[in-house]
Amino acid sequence: MGAAPREPLGAARRRWGEEVIRALLFAAACLSVLTTVGIVFALLRETVKFFDDVGVIAFFTDGDWKPLFADPEYGIWPLLNGTFLITGIAILVAIPLGLGSAIYLSEYASRRVRRAVKPILEVLVGVPTVIFGYFALTFITPEILQGVFNVELQVFNALSAGLIMGIMIVPTIASISEDAMSAVPQSLREGAFGLGADKRQVATRVVFPAALSGIVAAIVLGISRGVGETMIVLIAAGQVPNVGLDVTQPFETITTFIGATAKGDNPAGTIGYYSIFAAGMTLFVLTLIMNAIAIRFVRKYRQVYE
Amino acid sequence: MSAPPPNGESAVLTPRDMPISSGERSGRVMGTVFKYSLIGCLAIALITLAVLLGQIISDGAGSLSMDFITEPASSLPANAGIGPALVGTLWLMAVCIAFIVPVGVATAVYLEEYADRERWYNRLVEVNIQNLAAVPSIIYGILGLAFLVRGPLELGRVVLAGGLTLGLLVLPVVIIAAREALRAVPPSIREGSMALGATKWQTIWRQVLPAAIPGIATGTILAVSRAIGETAPLIVLGGAVFVTDFPDGLGSAFSALPLQIFNWISQPQDEFKALAAAGMIVLLVILLAMNSIAVWLRNRYEQKW
Repeated sequence: MGAAPREPLGAARRRWGEEVIRALLFAAACLSVLTTVGIVFALLRETVKFFDDVGVIAFFTDGDWKPLFADPEYGIWPLLNGTFLITGIAILVAIPLGLGSAIYLSEYASRRVRRAVKPILEVLVGVPTVIFGYFALTFITPEILQGVFNVELQVFNALSAGLIMGIMIVPTIASISEDAMSAVPQSLREGAFGLGADKRQVATRVVFPAALSGIVAAIVLGISRGVGETMIVLIAAGQVPNVGLDVTQPFETITTFIGATAKGDNPAGTIGYYSIFAAGMTLFVLTLIMNAIAIRFVRKYRQVYE
Repeated sequence: MSAPPPNGESAVLTPRDMPISSGERSGRVMGTVFKYSLIGCLAIALITLAVLLGQIISDGAGSLSMDFITEPASSLPANAGIGPALVGTLWLMAVCIAFIVPVGVATAVYLEEYADRERWYNRLVEVNIQNLAAVPSIIYGILGLAFLVRGPLELGRVVLAGGLTLGLLVLPVVIIAAREALRAVPPSIREGSMALGATKWQTIWRQVLPAAIPGIATGTILAVSRAIGETAPLIVLGGAVFVTDFPDGLGSAFSALPLQIFNWISQPQDEFKALAAAGMIVLLVILLAMNSIAVWLRNRYEQKW
């Protein structure tokens, strides 16, 4: 890169050392591609074996997920139900909190407040999720939901896992959408103020719509993080493949199933072992799609203003 | 794009208490309500964080002691400690760093200094890194299980397999940070070096990389601190949770701090929950220390060109 000329002016002599180094660096860069290939290959290889036994159609149409029963059934729906129910609760928490924080930081906060708050939000990103899970199980469920709000619920339940997952996602949504709002040109704001708008109107009717594609990207990435999160649900949501929307009940997610099944001893070659990979494949495809959507939206807002 | 000027710092904009609009009172009230609800959103997130930290400290502080840090896990809560798990985490860190620094920096140097962005394979590498950053951590566990623990490499459930799995997981973080650090080195440095007759690699090795070291170091520390807080991939690898021996090499079985914490959370007795909270305090202290070093490095060595 840079402005360095590709061919040195005088010397035409080829430097083999330089070529070797370039090749080595390229090889390192290829390792990341190899990682992706490895993931896809590992998932596909075992998933194919899984489908040999179970059948693709049963996987998507069976209503029950009972992998460890004598007469096992492998319908993925209960796991998808659990995954999206809990992620849904999380996103209902994270959208208002994350966007509210982003609008405040981008449009209202003084430079000092922003400099103080942003590192704290980064701390929130850095908290290991096993700690969030513990907090949901030992504090949110008994002290807040049962203690303060008197909700009747199970020890393991979708609600507390979802609420805490929402808090986990807030910084993701807040920081990406704040970036998008900060990228809205100042002239748009000034124009609106000049037309007599007040600060709230500028924030909600000018900056927010102008930053919308970035905000959508933030939300999609937030959902993707929730869908892929393991420890909170493994600790606090239980491992019962329920179907429905009763958030006081335990639910099993795709990640919970992978974690719990891998923890138990499943020798390679058993259907239980292959089911880890089939569930992993489903998860991988889901997050890949969401990431592609998010990248598309991010590109859109970058194109408009840069 | 620079950040928008905050309240009152720009003369052109909106003195807060003097709306340019018709001056309706209801508009002003709405504006105030809106502003305070925004602050409320932020406050809820921050208060939850504070309560979480307070709760963990109050649950776990009682179990913290020197013995807790050095002793192995035990079925008796009173004797249990995190010794082997802590050493396991240090081993994982070492493997992780030894893997991500050379590979991550080499990838970043290739992409920033050599790659021609018009070529499809270079674009593929870039898109791929973006995608890898969004792959759930548990999927990396499956990758490690299929290729490192079993499969072609058959390392077994050992330190090396765990460290490499975590390394692959955070590699995109290091690459992205190192690229930013390289991009921050101005082209004039490169041009000056080349004009004096240095080859491209001499320029990179003696001028560009040294100037980018603080940024690379900061990114590496942040990546490693993410790696050692990860539990899910290690669960999938089957890093044996009941290891009570201290790991003594790349090929030994291991536990890790978050794994040990998870194991204790899964026990029904409350005494183990307290141990889990004490383990979390230790983990958080380590993470805080690493992050402080990263921030210090960034502030101390940040160069303005």
